[in-house]
Amino acid sequence: MNMQEFISIIEEEFDEVEKETLTPTSSFRQMEGWSSMHALILIALIDNHFDVLLTGEELRVLDTIQDLYDLLVSKKA
Amino acid sequence: MSYSIIKNISYHLPSEIIENKDLAQLFPKNSEETIYKSFGIKKRHIRLPNQTGSDLAFKAAECFFEENLDFDKSKIDFLIFCTEGLDYKAPTSSSVLHYRLGLNENCGCIDMPMGCAGYVYGLSLANAMIVSGNATNVLLLVSDIPSSVIHSQDFDLRCIFGDAGAATLIQASEVKGIGSFVFGNDGEGAKNLIVERGSTRSPIDREWIELYQNEPGYLAHGKMEMNGLEIARFSLQRVPKLLEETLKKNNLTFDEIDLFVFHQASKFILSALKRKCKIPKEKFYEFYENVGNTVSCSIPIALKNAQLEGKLKKGDKLMLLGFGVGYTWGGTIVEWV
Repeated sequence: MNMQEFISIIEEEFDEVEKETLTPTSSFRQMEGWSSMHALILIALIDNHFDVLLTGEELRVLDTIQDLYDLLVSKKA
Repeated sequence: MSYSIIKNISYHLPSEIIENKDLAQLFPKNSEETIYKSFGIKKRHIRLPNQTGSDLAFKAAECFFEENLDFDKSKIDFLIFCTEGLDYKAPTSSSVLHYRLGLNENCGCIDMPMGCAGYVYGLSLANAMIVSGNATNVLLLVSDIPSSVIHSQDFDLRCIFGDAGAATLIQASEVKGIGSFVFGNDGEGAKNLIVERGSTRSPIDREWIELYQNEPGYLAHGKMEMNGLEIARFSLQRVPKLLEETLKKNNLTFDEIDLFVFHQASKFILSALKRKCKIPKEKFYEFYENVGNTVSCSIPIALKNAQLEGKLKKGDKLMLLGFGVGYTWGGTIVEWV
């Protein structure tokens, strides 16, 4: 999955996010109404698409979509 | 050799109801609509003050006898009571229930203090008693009163959980209505869903009562703590494996299952599991909108409603998976009769 596809599935999953507004440098924590529930949704989404189950701790130290993507790429490598 | 079947199920919900508008009033940052959107729950039933788990189980059993007038309750030769809210340290609550229900003297009674996986474990005990020739009519009562251990300001827990009781009669039969079981446990997860105080390891003390003096009953039964993220991770990691193991143990394929009935943990967990396990919508039964997560009662309540909705046909193969607090998990196959 390339970065563009990754962004699309995130935009698809979160109703609050307008389509084609996220970029690799967007901070997912700054997304409208970000809460612990969103962290959960993101973890489940990544598990579903990448078969990688991130821990809360792993997610906590990340900020941007690029950070997240890089971690997933390294985990799948 | 005899097998066992689920003969029938009844349940009881206490009359006190908490709707989303009540929660929105108590937690003004959240609207009725956002609560429904996040949790998929419209209302939860809550016990009356001083009602215990065994009181709800008693009501469920009474309801069962009323709905099954042709069944002679003196035939019950074993009573299993599963709850995390036992009446006393001693005697067993099943013993007290046995007396209140007026059951036959020659009836064994046992308590099982288990949560989310409790119903599946209860079925396994009932099935074992019958298959081993030691009982023919086992009454499995389950009930939970999570509201008694939830802090009044804990928004998530108050949204998710509801109280209930359920009664299931498991009977000896020529038909193999209850299949083989898969069990599992990981006590390292204990800390992620726990009612920490109020029992032997850490009883409440003066400090606790002062801290919670404004809470109903000073939270003397303890206070539930849940790490929602870890519970969701556990469910996503474990339940798909449990599903595969349960199929294998029963020599069945995924497509042979007519209905998947999981512990009704939460809208989020169930949606994520349905997606991850690739279960078609019409084969995945969800029932939490009007009751919330009722812990050990969630599977029998779901089964009963699936039956009432005409979703269960004779011969249908149902996969029941219980998982959660412990961590503990268990799975089996029920053939509906």
